Amino acid sequence: MISKPNFTGIGAPIQRKEDKRFITGQGQYTDDIARPGQVYAAFVRSPVAHARIKEIDASAALELEGVLAVLTGAQLKEDGIAGLICGWTVQSKDGSDMIAGEHPALAVDKVRYVGDHVAVVIGTTNHIARQGAELVGVDYEELDPVVDLESVRGANPVHEEAANNVCFEWELGEKEPTDDAFGKADHVTKLDITNNRLIPNAMEPRAAIGEYNQAEDHYTLYTTSQNPHVARLVISAFVGLAPEHKLRVIAPDVGGGFGSKIFIYAEEVVCLWAAKKVGKPVKWTGERSEAFLADAHGRDHISSAELALDKDGKFLGLRVKTIANLGAYLSTFASAVPTYLYGTLLSGQYQIPAIYVEVDGVYTNTAPVDAYRGAGRPEATYLLERIVEKAARELSIDPADLRKRNFIDQFPYQTPVIMNYDVGDYHASLEEGLERIGYSDFETRKAQSEAAGKKRGIGFSTYIEACGIAPSAAVGSLGAGVGLWESAEVRVNPTGNVEVLTGCHSHGQGHETTFAQLVSHRFGIPIESVEIVHGDTDKVQFGMGTYGSRSGAVGMSAITVACDKVITKGKKIAAHLMEVPADSVDFEDGLFLGKDSNKSLAFGEIALAAYTAHGFPTDEIEPGLKESCFYDPSNFTFPAGCHICEVEIDPETGELDIAAFVAVDDFGTVINPMIVEGQVHGGLVQGIGQAILEGCTYDKESGQLVTGSFMDYTMPRADDVPSFDVGMTVTECPSNPVGMKGCGEAGAIGATPAVINAIINALGVDSIEMPATPERIWRAANGL
Amino acid sequence: MYEFNYKKAGSLDEAKALLAGADDGKLLSGGQTLLPTMKQRLAMPSDLIDIGSLAELKGIAVSGDVLSIGAGEKHADVASSSEIRSALPALADLAGMIGDPHVRHMGTLGGSISNNDPAADYPAACVGLDATIHTTDRSLSAEEFFVGMFETALSETEIVVGVDFKVPQKAAYMKFPNPASRYAIVGVMVAQYASGPRVAVTGAGPSVFRQMEMEQALASDFSPGSIEAIRQSPESLNSDLHASADYRAHLVGVMAKRAVEKAS
Repeated sequence: MISKPNFTGIGAPIQRKEDKRFITGQGQYTDDIARPGQVYAAFVRSPVAHARIKEIDASAALELEGVLAVLTGAQLKEDGIAGLICGWTVQSKDGSDMIAGEHPALAVDKVRYVGDHVAVVIGTTNHIARQGAELVGVDYEELDPVVDLESVRGANPVHEEAANNVCFEWELGEKEPTDDAFGKADHVTKLDITNNRLIPNAMEPRAAIGEYNQAEDHYTLYTTSQNPHVARLVISAFVGLAPEHKLRVIAPDVGGGFGSKIFIYAEEVVCLWAAKKVGKPVKWTGERSEAFLADAHGRDHISSAELALDKDGKFLGLRVKTIANLGAYLSTFASAVPTYLYGTLLSGQYQIPAIYVEVDGVYTNTAPVDAYRGAGRPEATYLLERIVEKAARELSIDPADLRKRNFIDQFPYQTPVIMNYDVGDYHASLEEGLERIGYSDFETRKAQSEAAGKKRGIGFSTYIEACGIAPSAAVGSLGAGVGLWESAEVRVNPTGNVEVLTGCHSHGQGHETTFAQLVSHRFGIPIESVEIVHGDTDKVQFGMGTYGSRSGAVGMSAITVACDKVITKGKKIAAHLMEVPADSVDFEDGLFLGKDSNKSLAFGEIALAAYTAHGFPTDEIEPGLKESCFYDPSNFTFPAGCHICEVEIDPETGELDIAAFVAVDDFGTVINPMIVEGQVHGGLVQGIGQAILEGCTYDKESGQLVTGSFMDYTMPRADDVPSFDVGMTVTECPSNPVGMKGCGEAGAIGATPAVINAIINALGVDSIEMPATPERIWRAANGL
Repeated sequence: MYEFNYKKAGSLDEAKALLAGADDGKLLSGGQTLLPTMKQRLAMPSDLIDIGSLAELKGIAVSGDVLSIGAGEKHADVASSSEIRSALPALADLAGMIGDPHVRHMGTLGGSISNNDPAADYPAACVGLDATIHTTDRSLSAEEFFVGMFETALSETEIVVGVDFKVPQKAAYMKFPNPASRYAIVGVMVAQYASGPRVAVTGAGPSVFRQMEMEQALASDFSPGSIEAIRQSPESLNSDLHASADYRAHLVGVMAKRAVEKAS
């Protein structure tokens, strides 16, 4: 089919349907929505990292004309509104549940990070609300903040419940067999490593409008969410603001998320609650400065790792001890990220017979930390790919060769850390990567660089990740509070066009195009005849949202099953109309064909017949043509690949040039290669950003955010990155009907260690901290 | 942003009068520093007096060995001016390195030097190219004009009208940008005049300064090698998240050497 002209189905690199409205300014983002009579919320945020609130004086703010209300945590509590929750309960080694500190939407008694929500001011204009917020007087009794990850124990408790600031002490794998492996090792490579903290910075800052209809006792929330149904569930079932059937959550066009918009935030709860209080829709649009302070941040680990090898360079065991920063409060999935999304990936692409990992999740007086593009998997990959490269250096084995000696090449493969890899070909992606980068000529290029006074280095990363999140039974057994299936409803209209309702949410991924490609392909109808509906709990049956590169593997699988149900019913209708036996109808390329007859009916004809239903045996065939599916995956999916980075360094200044970057990924079946390549590019930029540019810094004494704007937080720009060489190898995923694995996070997972390994290789040093800024590189290059 | 009065001046005299009459008036030219500061509620001027379209502040002209640029000229215009490109390419290069295209098409020469950000590029040009700053009240040398961090010799109601740069025999500007802000971590303008060389450093210290030791060395031999061994002291240099004083001191040497190389 792919050879057909104007083909728009699976595999076609067609342009995105949604881009017309985005690039002509007709997108409808939360801030574009104006509800009749809406008023504005401005948050009073804590200027200090850790303090008791002695008094909140709202009198001056209330005197300002146009200020309708000043609301505090005490009032929220009086109204019986509960705090925010973490949806994943992780258990410590001793079997006890993690200690989840209180997480009120507005602070009660205490503030725990700079930017924490102290009160909200509702004003008739945004300007008045902000003026009012500045007039709220708060008397703080300051406490020493806990900032440094290595000294949380014994410091002032962030939450009284967690005396040592420890939320959980988690472990995975088996300690004794791992220790035994080290006992037998010929060589042990050790590595202390920091995974730097990042601030997501989606292009659209968060925003929310809360609306309350008194007559219906019904709430509506417009919000920048990656998963509106989960937001509704949490706000109903846990925060207790309204029952689910009395709360509608709409996530319209959303300008990027990268994980940071998965979570249910204080501002959303407060806007809904305040809307009832003041009797008007309440709108809040976050500023970039607020995004820096109070969006959930990402990463932030310190780890010690040891890799045991035999004399041939075969891996025998891996031991890892990690401290993961959770920030001041447990965000929605904060506990899962440094545990089940991290420890389970520590086997990478390698046969490592024994793995044991311990993770202490700790509280600090910093913004909450949660999933950010890759979520746990970049941290695992960075650690593993760094230590593998260090082992190669120590043993004087070519790093590509050391990897080949240890690659998993038999599938399925059960790792010692839960995951069961279904398929892959790691040699194929590495070989293609080596070919594309021109590995055999590297020494020549290095010599040329040296002749010009530059240092050249090459670095590898052969990563794996787990996407298609996730089989509900599996995540349930690990502590998830929800199942992670996905739903779809396929509605065929009488005139033969199709609406697909999905529980996934598109905030940059291009679902309106790729999902439509799938349906158009399946039904043999033009892509223009397919509309994708998402992001509204009143329209879509239910859904778990978009994150963890799950929408293809899980969401499109649900759509596929629902489409197949439509075809099955269509065949019954066709058989009735053709007067042939029900099992003698085929469906191909948009036509229902009677076997052994020359009869055929087009998809549109069957659609119309389904709704006219004239002469149907209605005891056998119901009128209408609409099917749905709640698809629960049978396994995670395992996208994997090989990233190779080549850098050239000016040792005199520490300036770094990424001379070449090759990414060869295996995402299984690809629906739209152009969109997939775009996802890879974006991911690579974020991965490179973490390696050399981005780093969230808090002052260790005061807990103030030092990198609070783009003047100090280095967002990657086009001129910071090279032109990428992107290739693909394909092993189809056997665990879902489309064969897809997911591509959204791979770039951000694979790129970071490739860049750092290249820098280390160029400089001939053992380590360098991220972000590897010019000064850090200059110091390393000159032994300073 | 807080509320303020917006007033568009029709002439420099009117601008001066408006400035004198305001409680806490600020001149608005390109607004590339002032407006973000106001948006972040870090400044709340009572009045903004817009001088952005005053013809009196416009103009680029070369006369003999003097290049005159009006205070209202935008960085992009300086970067692309054929007169400047041929008379003083180092200055056009410098203007083309400021900020990003948006900043360069809004920000002005007068606005930049009046703000005297320690990491701005233009101060290095003014001091390195032995400029005379003309204001509504007087004319003063660049070294008299730049007093300290965000501080100039301007009085409350004095407005920069234009800058006269002395056209050198040769000159070059080398900049090591801050990766986040793209301001100068260190920027060095090196110029050779019949009267001797000038080396002006921005970004490294609290305000632009001349590197006298390098000037002396270059006076006897204008070559990269002559300043190779000179070590800028890190004492009193800026130190922040992006660059320590030691690193800045080192970069002063490297950027100066490369500027000499480029100029030669």
